[in-house]
Amino acid sequence: MAELTYREAVAAGIAQEMARDERVVFLGEDVAHAGGVFKATVGLLEKFGPRRVRDCPISEQAILGAAMGAAMTGLKPIAEIMFSDFLAVCWDIVANEIAKTRYMTNGQITLPLVIRTANGAGSRFGAQHSQAVENWAMMIPGIKVVAPAFPADVKGLLAAAVRDPNPVLFFEQKSLYSMKGEVPDGEYVDELGKAKVLRRGKDCTIVALALMVHRALEAAEILEKEHGIACTVIDVRSLVPLDTQTILSEVSRTGRLVTVEENPRLCGWGAEVASIVADECFWDLDGPILRITTPHVPLPSADLLEDNTIPSAARIVREIRAKID
Amino acid sequence: MKRNKPAAAEIDIGRETRLELYRLQLELRYCEKRAYDLFLQNLIKGTSHLSLGQEAIAAGFGVAMRPDDWTFCTYRGHAHTLARGASMEGVLGELMGRQCGLLGGKGGSMHLTDVTKGAMGSYAIIGAHLPVAAGAAWSAQYRGTEQVAVCFFGDGTANIGAFHEALNFSAVWKLPVVYVCENNLYMEYTPISAVTAVEHPAADRASAYGLPSIVVDGNDADAVYKVASDALAKARAGGGPSLIEAMTYRHSGHSRADPGKYRPEGELEKWLLRDPVVTYRERLLTLGINEPTLKDMEAAAMGKVDRATGIAKVSPVPSVDDIEKNVWADGGSAWRN
Repeated sequence: MAELTYREAVAAGIAQEMARDERVVFLGEDVAHAGGVFKATVGLLEKFGPRRVRDCPISEQAILGAAMGAAMTGLKPIAEIMFSDFLAVCWDIVANEIAKTRYMTNGQITLPLVIRTANGAGSRFGAQHSQAVENWAMMIPGIKVVAPAFPADVKGLLAAAVRDPNPVLFFEQKSLYSMKGEVPDGEYVDELGKAKVLRRGKDCTIVALALMVHRALEAAEILEKEHGIACTVIDVRSLVPLDTQTILSEVSRTGRLVTVEENPRLCGWGAEVASIVADECFWDLDGPILRITTPHVPLPSADLLEDNTIPSAARIVREIRAKID
Repeated sequence: MKRNKPAAAEIDIGRETRLELYRLQLELRYCEKRAYDLFLQNLIKGTSHLSLGQEAIAAGFGVAMRPDDWTFCTYRGHAHTLARGASMEGVLGELMGRQCGLLGGKGGSMHLTDVTKGAMGSYAIIGAHLPVAAGAAWSAQYRGTEQVAVCFFGDGTANIGAFHEALNFSAVWKLPVVYVCENNLYMEYTPISAVTAVEHPAADRASAYGLPSIVVDGNDADAVYKVASDALAKARAGGGPSLIEAMTYRHSGHSRADPGKYRPEGELEKWLLRDPVVTYRERLLTLGINEPTLKDMEAAAMGKVDRATGIAKVSPVPSVDDIEKNVWADGGSAWRN
């Protein structure tokens, strides 16, 4: 085990896959010489050279289109979209082309590619550089959607995404880049579509993703120590495929479901989870499902405003107490 | 501004190549006409965008390309897909929504694909496939295979952002890709001249990417073949991308729903005098190919279309079990456990 930051784990995951497979190539804006605007890809150019690690113009459609064309002809590209908000300028390539081509061609074309992107709030960047947009991706059939919360998961899930024969959208939470954690040494590959139970309690199951996992863990600690409410915390890790078995089994055991989502209220992934739970373990529930989300507003920039917009540990504690006490 | 307008009669491309160009143009013409007839019989549903009048471009490139080169085309892609050797019953079957269709009924007219023939897809969102073609070219460059990606699109595409992104990207990376703008004078229902700042929507912008401006007579298969051969050779030799604007005219409307009433009186008639298939036949006669040879070729092409139509008509419709197949590489569509 080595202690790596979340950003170092990105570079470690990419490097691991590039070293073992010549077909893996990496492209994006400022990713090579500059090492990424978040410094998440430092050292890759030096290690693998300009033929495999390529700086691109500010042309997101060209970046993802090129990744797609390369993937359908034998390469395994990793493409970076600097901020997930910018997916909107190349959404045609994601939603209409990459996601649908395998189906429309009845399986003639397979697209083993990864789109990495810096997602989410916490950095005071305002509404066009801070959105949590994983739910945009979740509703398109044909793309896998992954969002790690810990450095070890960054490396392991990124490796799994590269090896997966399908397109994967990999959301890195940008305010976690400096977070440190233990990462297994040597070759490390995780499995897509497996949630993780990080903590077990009898009273309530909190399901969270990315940054919200950390807020949920903090809240669970407070709830247990100060209010005697014992919570299970599940890190979903992957929205597509979704590990419903882990969620359903924990909710059945605790009788309560709380989702903690960074996205604005409407059509967040938690709504899908709530619907599945309501359909499939309704009679195990002891009370209404609680969704804790960002209000349905564009994200404001100032410290005070941003902090009071995305769910905090204090708000999670407050809302769970209001429902359970 | 440098213009490349080869005088077709002076191009010596040989008898065999010319016969191949004629055979292909005939098959494309007859197959598109058959597709139109099948629409009228309600055997083809949805929409379709025919290449009637534009066959010389697909044929000229189809004959010039290497079997392992890649074609990327638009929803007006029947001709380009057939020109790579995709099966005609596969094309007509797909239009008719039959099991024998190239895509098993999953894609339809606008998404014809046959990877085994290098037909890497027909893309129905304007501009989307230009960067995709760049990516395939990157893959060829990376692997050193000397394959070339050829990307066909209409005049209207030159006004969408992806055109600019792909051209610049391909030029900077010196990718082996040939971009072919089929300028048929109309973006859907609107004259391209009414919505474009320059006379030649593609060629006049070539200099923005450091590329020569190339305009070719898209109704002359010999001229297209020549310009295609040059661009393919340049790409294979590591000389980077080309942008070619082929002037042509579609004989029918934009799509099935469009009778083309917006065209000024006499315009279609003027272009019909330059019908690529008819004029090519006249050229072959002038070059000493005899009438019986041409008649035999025409009968053979029609026979091929008839056989393909027959096969497609009796092919079963797809199974509803196919709906949830082939989203993922494992053949399924599961999104949860």
